[in-house]
Amino acid sequence: MTDEPLIYDLSSPGRRGVRPPLPQFDPVDPAAALPSSELRSDLPLPEASEIDVMRHFLRLSHKNHSVDTAMYPLGSCTMKYNPKVNEVTARTPGLADVHPNQPPETCQGALALIYELEALLAAITGFPAVSTQPAAGSQGELCGLLSILAWHESRGETRTQVLVPDSAHGTNPATGTMSGLQVVSLPTADDGGIDLENLKESLGPGVAAIMLTLPSTLGLFERRIVEVVDLVHAAGAQVYCDGANMNAMLGRVRPADLGIDVMHLNLHKTFSTPHGGGGPGAGALAVQAHLEPFLPAPRVVRNGDAFELAEPSPTSIGRVHSHLGNFGNLVRAYTYIRSLGAEGLREAADDAVLNANYLRASLSDDYDLPYERICMHEVVFAGTRQRRLGVRTLDIAKRLIDYGIHPPTIYFPIIVDEALMIEPTETESRESLDNLIDVMRRIAREAESEPDKLHDAPVNAPVRRLDEVTANRRPNVRRVPEGGD
Amino acid sequence: MSYAPNTDADRAAMLRTVGVESIDDLFVDIPVQHRDPTLDLPPALPETDVIRHLSELGARNATSSDLPSFLGAGFYRHFVPALVDQQLLRSEWYTAYTPYQPEMAQGTLQAMYEFQSLVCDLTGMDVSNASLYDGASALAEAVLLCRGLTRRPRVVVADTVHPAYREVAATYVSALDVEFKVVAAARRHGRSVRPDVQPLAEAIDDQTSCVVVQRPDFLGMVVDLDPVVQAARRHGARVVVVVGDPVSLGLLAPPGNLGADVVVGELRSLAGPPAYGGPGAGMFAVRSQLIRRVPGRIAGRTTDLDGKNAFVLTLQTREQHIRRERATSNITTNQALVTLGATISLSALGRRGLREIAEQSLSAAHRTAEALADAGAVIATDAPYFNEFAVHAPEGAAVRLERLRSDGNVLAGVDLGCVSPEFDDLILVAATELTTASDVQALATAWAKTK
Repeated sequence: MTDEPLIYDLSSPGRRGVRPPLPQFDPVDPAAALPSSELRSDLPLPEASEIDVMRHFLRLSHKNHSVDTAMYPLGSCTMKYNPKVNEVTARTPGLADVHPNQPPETCQGALALIYELEALLAAITGFPAVSTQPAAGSQGELCGLLSILAWHESRGETRTQVLVPDSAHGTNPATGTMSGLQVVSLPTADDGGIDLENLKESLGPGVAAIMLTLPSTLGLFERRIVEVVDLVHAAGAQVYCDGANMNAMLGRVRPADLGIDVMHLNLHKTFSTPHGGGGPGAGALAVQAHLEPFLPAPRVVRNGDAFELAEPSPTSIGRVHSHLGNFGNLVRAYTYIRSLGAEGLREAADDAVLNANYLRASLSDDYDLPYERICMHEVVFAGTRQRRLGVRTLDIAKRLIDYGIHPPTIYFPIIVDEALMIEPTETESRESLDNLIDVMRRIAREAESEPDKLHDAPVNAPVRRLDEVTANRRPNVRRVPEGGD
Repeated sequence: MSYAPNTDADRAAMLRTVGVESIDDLFVDIPVQHRDPTLDLPPALPETDVIRHLSELGARNATSSDLPSFLGAGFYRHFVPALVDQQLLRSEWYTAYTPYQPEMAQGTLQAMYEFQSLVCDLTGMDVSNASLYDGASALAEAVLLCRGLTRRPRVVVADTVHPAYREVAATYVSALDVEFKVVAAARRHGRSVRPDVQPLAEAIDDQTSCVVVQRPDFLGMVVDLDPVVQAARRHGARVVVVVGDPVSLGLLAPPGNLGADVVVGELRSLAGPPAYGGPGAGMFAVRSQLIRRVPGRIAGRTTDLDGKNAFVLTLQTREQHIRRERATSNITTNQALVTLGATISLSALGRRGLREIAEQSLSAAHRTAEALADAGAVIATDAPYFNEFAVHAPEGAAVRLERLRSDGNVLAGVDLGCVSPEFDDLILVAATELTTASDVQALATAWAKTK
């Protein structure tokens, strides 16, 4: 594939792109309305034709792999099919062309949708209260920890530590720091679960919460979850669950029933809203009743047949979004849940877990499996056998690109050497899984007989491996204007 | 129905491979007493029915076609070219994720680089990230950046910064040792309102990490920031500028030229309709020396093994997946698709297009003000403004707005009581290039009728 020039390179002085609307009013001279010192002298934007802009971005899009292109088993990200009907409903003019400052009388449909979605998510997770305001999982985490801190404070307690298993997503410790907490790492036990003895030692009057991921990032359900929750509660601390992996649990267990206090949901993972090349997501927060007064404000409430925005609770942690969250994605997630119903959601979890176990069973002769037990929605292999042949997990990942499959998440969780974290999701067919199995086996053979094929990979992508060192050392993060430095 | 393609025969064969009898056997690690709850959900709906249901919900909202709307306050209805949504519906864009594997994501990465370049060109800054969640969280992250940089405890914020942004920033720093000082930056003179940044400049001291100002400010006014910038420089505080409406940058001097250290703002209006406030996209741009403190993704230009031009996520050691508790932020997923929309929109509008819609917005707002004045309204804004201004409502903004809606069928604006109780008799009115002459006629008629 050839280089695509920058949009600036398609520019020619005086060329017009799309024409703005015809003016509706007699023009007002900006120089008369505003002091000249406040006006800009130059606007260095490209001047490209509409067709050139269209072709430029179309050609760029061709350089992307996507779920709709082929399998995308990126662990922990739940790259499931994004139903097309969701895109239709999100673009319904009555749901898209609504201003966030409209009075409630003029946006009852939007308020009803948020209210109903929160109720659906409550039913799915078992938590009595949900806020769909957080814009993504990590903002949900921040809201969750701030809610927990506010709850402790309401009881006259100041707690300064958060326990985070060493298998956790990086967001968990980062959120701990943003919440002003000291992050204490918990080692993982031999079976991939939480080490209860260590947990007991780590718990104390300074611990505000534990942040755990369920199923864990190893793709394993925490067998001792009830004991963990009891120990944490006995120490006066709260249990935060990172819900990135809710896709494994739909209709199989409600996390609230396990005694978890607060959990965020990534609507762009479990509930099929598209990942958008890196977002937007949506990170609903679900809590037990004792934490409800601390949820972000404002909240949508029902008053008879009408929906309104409640006066903020005086104990609320406050606002985390300019408005009521990523509403467009709430429409998509709502559409998804209403499309699937209880049976469909459970079927999604069942097939997601079955697909991952099928990969686990089919590839365990070719790749090391650090935890030999039934997994949930994803399976984590270790490229340790291949490393002894001089091939790294990175090489395996890059070789998958040559076969047209997006690599799994690699080198995460960080406690697994040479980790390959594969999450097929329920929307891949058996044939699609068999293709991945076939390719992974071929790569394992190549590692033995032709390791350079892996070292040199990818060769069938728009570009070969990149010079990331120079990119970091001498960052070039914008086009430098002509005549600039 | 779950979009899952497996047949029962597939499942049976796969279970044999796994070595278990049934799917239930895969869930045995879940405590038995909590296994297999009944989910109380409404029945599943096929595609046709779910579209009908959502259309019914949509019909319970008024759109700008139903009611002439002068709502702005950070979310503006701007022209978005038709090709933008055609592109956003391409699977290669919207069904991909963060470009962790750059060889398979050059499209997203180059688009991010172009976005960053456009933001730098518009704002006059050196470095842009690939976006944060929205304008509000972008401000919160700017405040955190300045705190980490200066290690000073105080943040001075003009009350003419978007009130929701102020609230979100306050939430973000609530667990940290930060004093959040809101200072009045607009003053009443009878029925009028004028900018007054002197108290803001005076509030900056040696304990101030940053001062936050908005431009155009929340009331729409374009204020000379120089006294604030000078005061900040004297005391070693940083200057954070919130851009009120990105289209204003088609006309206004870039904040980078005015002395901003960090520029933030909300880009939604460049990419699509308001969507009830989200997803937006937070703009975040800084001076080059702050690059290693920037939160979120940044795309960089590099080469591949053959020396071919290519793009990659760069400076990732700032980020949570590498740095964990020492990361610059916890952000992971950003608003990539919205920024792609903004990138395509800016590219298609181009230099002249953006300037023209900025000029048309300015004209529409000023002609709206004239029409209101002709209808007997008192225009309260006594300062230069871009596309938004305040109107005096003697009976109170909330009362007048409700009458304008129920008796006059217009959404006339936003109650400025959200800025300060002192302003609860002011209505914030916005107009853009999409405001029509008949919208303005409807507003003026409604105003005269409800006097």
